[in-house]
Amino acid sequence: MELLERLFVNIAGLARTLMAGWSLPNSIIELVVLILGIIAIIGLIIVDAIILVWLERKIAGFIQERPGPNRLGPAGVFQTIADTFKLLGKEDVIPRSADRWVFRLAPPLVFVPAIMLYAVIPFGKDMVPVDLNVGLFYCFSIASLGTMSFLMAGWGSHNKYSLLGGMRTVAQMISYEIPLLLSVLGVVMIVGSLNLSDIVAAQKNVWFIIIQPVAFIIYLIAATAELNRGPFDLPEGEQELVAGVYTEFSGMRWALFFLAEYTNMVATAAIAVTLFFGGWHGPWLPSWMWFFLKVYLIIFFFMVIKWTYPRIRVDHLMHFGWKFLIPLSLANLLLTGVGIEIYRFMRG
Amino acid sequence: MSVSTIVFWIIAAVVLGSAISVVTAQNLVHAALFMVLTFFGVSGLYVLLEADFLAVVQILIYVGAIAVLIVFGVMLTQRKGMEETNVSSSHKWVTGILVTILMVGFAYAVTRTPWQVSDHAAPESTVGLIGELMLTRFVIPFEIVGILLLVAVLGAIILTKGARRLP
Repeated sequence: MELLERLFVNIAGLARTLMAGWSLPNSIIELVVLILGIIAIIGLIIVDAIILVWLERKIAGFIQERPGPNRLGPAGVFQTIADTFKLLGKEDVIPRSADRWVFRLAPPLVFVPAIMLYAVIPFGKDMVPVDLNVGLFYCFSIASLGTMSFLMAGWGSHNKYSLLGGMRTVAQMISYEIPLLLSVLGVVMIVGSLNLSDIVAAQKNVWFIIIQPVAFIIYLIAATAELNRGPFDLPEGEQELVAGVYTEFSGMRWALFFLAEYTNMVATAAIAVTLFFGGWHGPWLPSWMWFFLKVYLIIFFFMVIKWTYPRIRVDHLMHFGWKFLIPLSLANLLLTGVGIEIYRFMRG
Repeated sequence: MSVSTIVFWIIAAVVLGSAISVVTAQNLVHAALFMVLTFFGVSGLYVLLEADFLAVVQILIYVGAIAVLIVFGVMLTQRKGMEETNVSSSHKWVTGILVTILMVGFAYAVTRTPWQVSDHAAPESTVGLIGELMLTRFVIPFEIVGILLLVAVLGAIILTKGARRLP
């Protein structure tokens, strides 16, 4: 068990001693270890995406009382891999009147911020790629970059449905960013640090979901809206907008959007686990196993929500965000502040 | 030349190149997108200066909010063809004169300011220090900015929804 717990830390340590044996300078060793970390993260993202697409289709099938993918491999687990090859082989279509460079750049620019999020997440004990002291804040500022890429995708396609979809995405993402940030502030006030490792360390005895239940619910709702997932998937509402921003995209460009969505979903769930569910803390199992177990539980919850609730109407979405979630999160902040002061007063 | 110097020159080239493109791009949307790249580069410069917090704020506020708002506005007011919509690139002479005046003014200000040079090491974490200064020494400006923003928000709401006379 001890071996499993230290598995990844030891691999990094082994790489370091190996290169030190070749008498390489220290900066190059650190660079190589960083590149190894990035490769590991990209591998993790791809494996996650393959599992999650299959899981989502299975859950959708279960909820709609049909089997879901069941041809390739046991219970259809290889379906995603076959789909990936199909998408890779598709013709790359760019509309004639599209703004070519903006259109081409949009899908990778949606995906890049999604990868960058993983840089600061503590996956396990001593397993944080970059231990940034403004880690949490970094996460949200990087996540806000996605907005611009959706705008580029919507505008670059030169299609009214794409543009409308892009506008909706942006309006939704900007509105729900505010309650998202405010909900997280409560945790930051209690810990007194923006460093994600510090936040995990502070939850050694009690998880923050017990102290901050309202903040967690606000975070979950706002995060679902940020991910553009059902019931907040208006930007691609097919009854109104064909497929929204994705209308003109095909083949690998289209697939990149979905890869980005699943990457973002894992990152959002990972941040939720770090902030509210004690991060990698847990008995018996290795820390990183606990972490992924919790992450997948939250993702399962996201998926069940998506397939059980109908889409919310566009004006209701704005009302709900601005007139309910933001006041609620502000009230939660105030209450947290008062609570902290009372706690300090009682402790003397 | 050290690594950070090389990185500085690369970022500086990106910032200057994209800033020039903001002025010269013919399409207003492209100009706005180049502005995003400029903001991004500036945040890279902050990282080089070990001002992590400022770099992150730069991305969150400028790239994530202000630039999105500008691009949003430009796209919603788009005409049939977006070529030649950037005023600064279609009036070359006026732009040239304005840019020259601005550059001379900035250069004068930068060279004439007596910059405080400190040989202390950069603080490990700047977040706490900035927060403390905001709520002690600069509390009045902080509050005034808050009120200013509130007034701006109310103004925007009244402008879009229209004011109603009280009965």
